[in-house]
Amino acid sequence: MKRYDLIVIGAGPAGLSAAIEAGQQGLKVIVFDENAKPGGQLFKQIHKFFGSKEHKAKIRGFRIGEELLKAAAEAGVEVVLNAVVIGLYLEKEITVRMDEKVYHYKADTIIIATGATENMIAFEGWTLPGVIGAGAAQTMMNLHGVMPGQRIFMLGSGNVGLVVSYQLLQAGCEVAAICDAAPRIGGYGVHAAKVARYGVPFYTRHSIIKAEGTDRVTGVTIGEVGPNWKFVPGTEKHFDVDTICLAVGLSPMSQLAQMAGCAMEDNPKKAGLVPTIDEYGETSVPGIFAAGDVSGIEEASAAMIEGRIAGAAAAYRLGYITLESLEEKTAAMKKALSSLRRGMFAPENRGKRIEKTEEGCDISINLLEKGYVAADEITRYPGVTAKKGIHPVVECTQNIPCNPCQDVCPKQCIKIGEDITALPRVEEFVECTGCGLCVAACPGQAIFLVNSGETPGSAYVTLPYEFLPIPKAGDKGYACDRSGHAVCETEVVTVKSISAYDKTNLVTIKVPVELADAARAYRREVKA
Amino acid sequence: MRIEEHPILGKPVKGRRITFIYDGKPMEGFEGEPIAAALRAAGVVTHRYTRKQHKPRGIFCAIGRCTDCVMIVNGVPNVRTCITPLSEGMTVETQNTVAADDGRADA
Amino acid sequence: MIRDRSKDIGEYRPASDDDMLICRCEEVTKGEIRRAIHDGMYTLTEIRRYLRVGMGLCQGQTCTRLVKAIIASELGTSPAETKPATARAPMRPVEMKVMAKDTGGSKDE
Repeated sequence: MKRYDLIVIGAGPAGLSAAIEAGQQGLKVIVFDENAKPGGQLFKQIHKFFGSKEHKAKIRGFRIGEELLKAAAEAGVEVVLNAVVIGLYLEKEITVRMDEKVYHYKADTIIIATGATENMIAFEGWTLPGVIGAGAAQTMMNLHGVMPGQRIFMLGSGNVGLVVSYQLLQAGCEVAAICDAAPRIGGYGVHAAKVARYGVPFYTRHSIIKAEGTDRVTGVTIGEVGPNWKFVPGTEKHFDVDTICLAVGLSPMSQLAQMAGCAMEDNPKKAGLVPTIDEYGETSVPGIFAAGDVSGIEEASAAMIEGRIAGAAAAYRLGYITLESLEEKTAAMKKALSSLRRGMFAPENRGKRIEKTEEGCDISINLLEKGYVAADEITRYPGVTAKKGIHPVVECTQNIPCNPCQDVCPKQCIKIGEDITALPRVEEFVECTGCGLCVAACPGQAIFLVNSGETPGSAYVTLPYEFLPIPKAGDKGYACDRSGHAVCETEVVTVKSISAYDKTNLVTIKVPVELADAARAYRREVKA
Repeated sequence: MRIEEHPILGKPVKGRRITFIYDGKPMEGFEGEPIAAALRAAGVVTHRYTRKQHKPRGIFCAIGRCTDCVMIVNGVPNVRTCITPLSEGMTVETQNTVAADDGRADA
Repeated sequence: MIRDRSKDIGEYRPASDDDMLICRCEEVTKGEIRRAIHDGMYTLTEIRRYLRVGMGLCQGQTCTRLVKAIIASELGTSPAETKPATARAPMRPVEMKVMAKDTGGSKDE
């Protein structure tokens, strides 16, 4: 048996962050992960993260994973892969399966960072090949470079369902539709808008009746969900698809905490059974901590901070740092964490129906039901102005903790202020240079540059574009509105792809001036 | 079904192209990728048939948790193909019921 | 959670989705689980032992939540009230030959 100062279970964002923090304080740390590769789900996350600088906002998930691995190595952290922790005991002893043997390890502190497991839902035919978890789709396309299918139906409109749908489009798949049994889209509106403008329809209040096919999925039938969660007869809709993707939530994978005798609670705000923890992540068993999704489902950015706090607390517990230093260290982290837990999607608001933004603007009903803000709704938000000359149009309509737009703007033309959940507003009298940094930085791809002054009768709209092939100046195509409908034929005027944009290309298209406020996507082809 | 080039990730980094044997027939894949990825890229979706109902199953979680994608690999049954790396000359067989012998008796 | 075992939950009545599989590994249907509840198995642990639900290769990763929801619906309680199944080692399926190669707590490795 080997003894360590700290054993971390799970090498995802929370576990690695905890190990780095503790390792930097001089603790002898070992991290076990059951997978062949470290990083947890970070390496499947190819989108830019929300938040502020402290939350690594506007950095793509997989790059954050690379950063964490580098920092872990520098902090002298030992990461053991293909190591399945199969038991955790009160005395802070664990049993680990590696290769064909079971090993025992003991530590003075343990941080459980086992993450989450995907929820599933049963329906007729859900065991057919072709019905897969959303995580499986991400794994196939983003880690292994294989499309999970050609035409996919997505069940679930939380952030996972929305983000994976967009990633499927990026991988070259077609997304037939997204449905959710709830009356409203569950994830960020900006994530929904990203897929809606490329023509993916949303069906809220709908769920899957059955997966069709005998040997594999050949289609899906959905139906409207009535008030008592029964399907309404006569509302069936059919889609020809070869793959059905399930994104119906995550549950904390907390069995190890339970096994160790930690006090547990089944808390809907935390999305399931979790160990009860204090502000440092310590469970009811002194010296056993929990961080990340295992202690309540949140974004990876929150998991990383929770990990760092738990890592620092473990260092304090073992006398590597003083209480004063712990408090000083964690004060900023706690502040960063609490800022992430604010806004409409905060854990405390789970299941609540929010009608107005903090600024008092009505929430777009169309966004919640169809995935895009209607033309007559968009002008009520402070980021959407009728400024003269080139200017950003910030179609950010929900209070989410995110501020890279304010951060990157060299002219301070976009303002959010101290409260990072506030809606960005575009300053009337501050000049926009048209640099496009905000367009590329917005993790929600909700910023567009509109220029309707230069050529009479025409307007130029600059859009974020993350698909292949990258268009070239002179390419013809269609301008689509927020709902994905082609509003006119268009021509690409310029394409900018600089390294600061990090693979988000800025495509400028020319449209008739009256469509300047409608054109929000460029597509080479649209279906008749 | 392979992604030749990805707008964010570029060209997938893969091992060398190799041949393995799927249900007696040669099939191509990349060394080191999960067996399941190579099969999916080649259009194979059924990995096994269940014991009680004899129903087809394929990839479900793709991270080694659900065990739906198990097959007989190099003669060993119940191998999770979504997390087992492919290698040159590997034999991969559709699994009927649970054990390798049962499967052959059924088939 | 139902503490009163004498609570009358009525007779088992067949439903149209009784054939739907809930436990993918052990191939247990919704009807079998519903019938077990009416046979008096009111907890996850009891149903597990009775039908092997969640005791297959995946160890209940997929179906536990679904079974909880079925119990809650049959008993007229909420899923959060259903006591979680006991967590015990091994957390993941481990072959007996591997368990046999336990390097032990005090022995050398």
